Amino acid sequence: MSDEVNIHVEHLTRVEGHGDIFFNAKEGKVENVQWSVVEAPRFFEAMVRGKSYSSLQAITSRICGICSIGHSMSSLKASEAAMGVEISDQTKLLRRLGVHAENMQSHILHVGYLVSPDLFGVGSVFPLATTHKDAVLKIVGLHRLSNFMSDLICGRTIHPMRLTIGGFTMIPTIKELEDLKKRLIAAVEPTKEVAAIVLANADKLPDFKRETEYIALVTGKDYALYEGDIGSTDTDPVPPERYLEMTNEYVVPQSTAKYAKHSRDSFMTGALARFNINYEFLSPLAKEVAGMFGLKPICYNPYMNSVAQIVEFVDAIVDSIAIIDELLDTDMKYIRPKFEVRAGTGVGACEVPRGLLYHEYTINKMGNCVKANCIIPTNQNHGNIQHDFEAIAPTLVGKPEKEIELTLEMLVRAYDPCISCSTHYLNVRFR
Amino acid sequence: MKPRVAFFDFASCEGCQLNVINLEEKILDLISIVDVVTFREAMTERTDEYDIAFIEGSINRPMDEEKLKKIRANAKVLVALGACAHTGGVNKLRNQWPVENVKKEVYGDADIEGNPLFDAFQTKAVDECVKVDFYIPGCPIDRNEFARMVTQIAMGRTPKLPTYPVCVECKKNENICVFEYGEFCLGPITRAGCDAICPTNGEGCDGCRGYLDDPKMNAAKDVMLKYGITLDMMMKKLNMYNYKKEGY
Repeated sequence: MSDEVNIHVEHLTRVEGHGDIFFNAKEGKVENVQWSVVEAPRFFEAMVRGKSYSSLQAITSRICGICSIGHSMSSLKASEAAMGVEISDQTKLLRRLGVHAENMQSHILHVGYLVSPDLFGVGSVFPLATTHKDAVLKIVGLHRLSNFMSDLICGRTIHPMRLTIGGFTMIPTIKELEDLKKRLIAAVEPTKEVAAIVLANADKLPDFKRETEYIALVTGKDYALYEGDIGSTDTDPVPPERYLEMTNEYVVPQSTAKYAKHSRDSFMTGALARFNINYEFLSPLAKEVAGMFGLKPICYNPYMNSVAQIVEFVDAIVDSIAIIDELLDTDMKYIRPKFEVRAGTGVGACEVPRGLLYHEYTINKMGNCVKANCIIPTNQNHGNIQHDFEAIAPTLVGKPEKEIELTLEMLVRAYDPCISCSTHYLNVRFR
Repeated sequence: MKPRVAFFDFASCEGCQLNVINLEEKILDLISIVDVVTFREAMTERTDEYDIAFIEGSINRPMDEEKLKKIRANAKVLVALGACAHTGGVNKLRNQWPVENVKKEVYGDADIEGNPLFDAFQTKAVDECVKVDFYIPGCPIDRNEFARMVTQIAMGRTPKLPTYPVCVECKKNENICVFEYGEFCLGPITRAGCDAICPTNGEGCDGCRGYLDDPKMNAAKDVMLKYGITLDMMMKKLNMYNYKKEGY
């Protein structure tokens, strides 16, 4: 047997976008381990220059198919901050429902369709439809519910059109919300069952820990998703306007996506970061599910991000039911948004499935965008993936190539990278 | 033998492939008539042996164009999936500036010169690089239209797209015309097939499905004039999915 191991995973599968993994070891030592983002760059910030405020949401939602609702939210919040547009309490409640719908959709897609094949030792969810039909049907049911909810609140699950500056172009009826509430209540049991199925196979998640910084929105009074200041496990919170202090983007040659860092060499954002920072504000039911897995803050195992997503899925159901009750208690009415175009600069920060997403626009007095910046959660995580690679690689030397490959692939997958977003790509290479 | 199907993606948001996954249980019906052999977003297995290739995304770099040409050589039928592949989609918005300008805007002074990953040219629709047999339009694609077209292609038929505008579907849905809200809509010249989903949700059509082969441009201009749409507004909308489309 050769003492040289060269692995190259080209275009890692079951992730959104294109990335490669490289692992080279010689004489029992790791020579190189690298996470490389090879996605074709798309230049969104350049594209929106000169575009009207009215099309910024529609264009930037196209950054990502999976989190287009999240991009829309950050985009609208940035435009509203730039032009001084106020939104009603009703609009905010509905938007919070939209954020939950997308997190649910994305989390169940990730855990159920993309991660579960690793836990069952297969290449995709398709064979599981035969071997574990009952489990797959439950996952499909939860995915369909999440898409139904996205469609109902935002108009469409991919590239939503009801979300607009100042409010909505259309809102659900009371009857539709009552129906949604019933379906959410009915989803609690199947969600717990899916959690139990994952738990039964959770021993496949490697027991790996590396201390790092976690960053997520905080309000000090709830499990912050739609709004808040930028919190960290290392430093005090700062308002969203100071986001650049938290991201510090830089370019590395192996990646068309930019990297980010804050108080250390890298940090993590996403479900596990939110869980670690805002655990106390989770609903009792969500805490119960976390307890099933023994998940407690602060958890330094990135593989547990998928479990944190299940916990968030449960919490989203509970909070959505509460929001619907609040909406039904008020006298819901539809008003088509009206506002004046004003010049200004604004930041929109929102928690989306993969973490904290920032959009910043400068809009001139004609209502056209003159400068845009979008900092995407996956970009913020690339540096942390690389540092996890460097920490875990020495423990893998001497193991079979297939196992090394799978462990590294699962690590990247755990972050649920959205590489289209971050420019968009993932490859594993054992060269 | 069932036709073997492969999915590939270039510069895109992968939302069209996600909409395929969003077919939920209906996927199981589809895999009873085709074999999915490559689908990176959802499965680990992959192969160069396939009959029908679905391409999502526009083409941004020499390395991508080369890969696309290999796919074309392998595939019996090549289908452009979604707006980015079909017209270049929103990706073409950047083509109004030279590549050097957009690189500078996004990557600043970073040293990316000579790095093939960053070697972007002005983005191209798939049919600007290789022959395309069929188009499934939309941003994102309509999943029911996708299921119907896959079935037709798998059966060796020629799938057909509607030849009438979005307005026809919008009227059928009994919507108030969004021009009445002071919005601007490309419904009059855009190919139907989406069930007028945007106007039905109170938002004007952005033309993501591309224009009709024979759009009634003069009639559309009359509507724009009637509602006081400025040339600037109109051009911005026209460019969104159909930048530098010939004839307009």
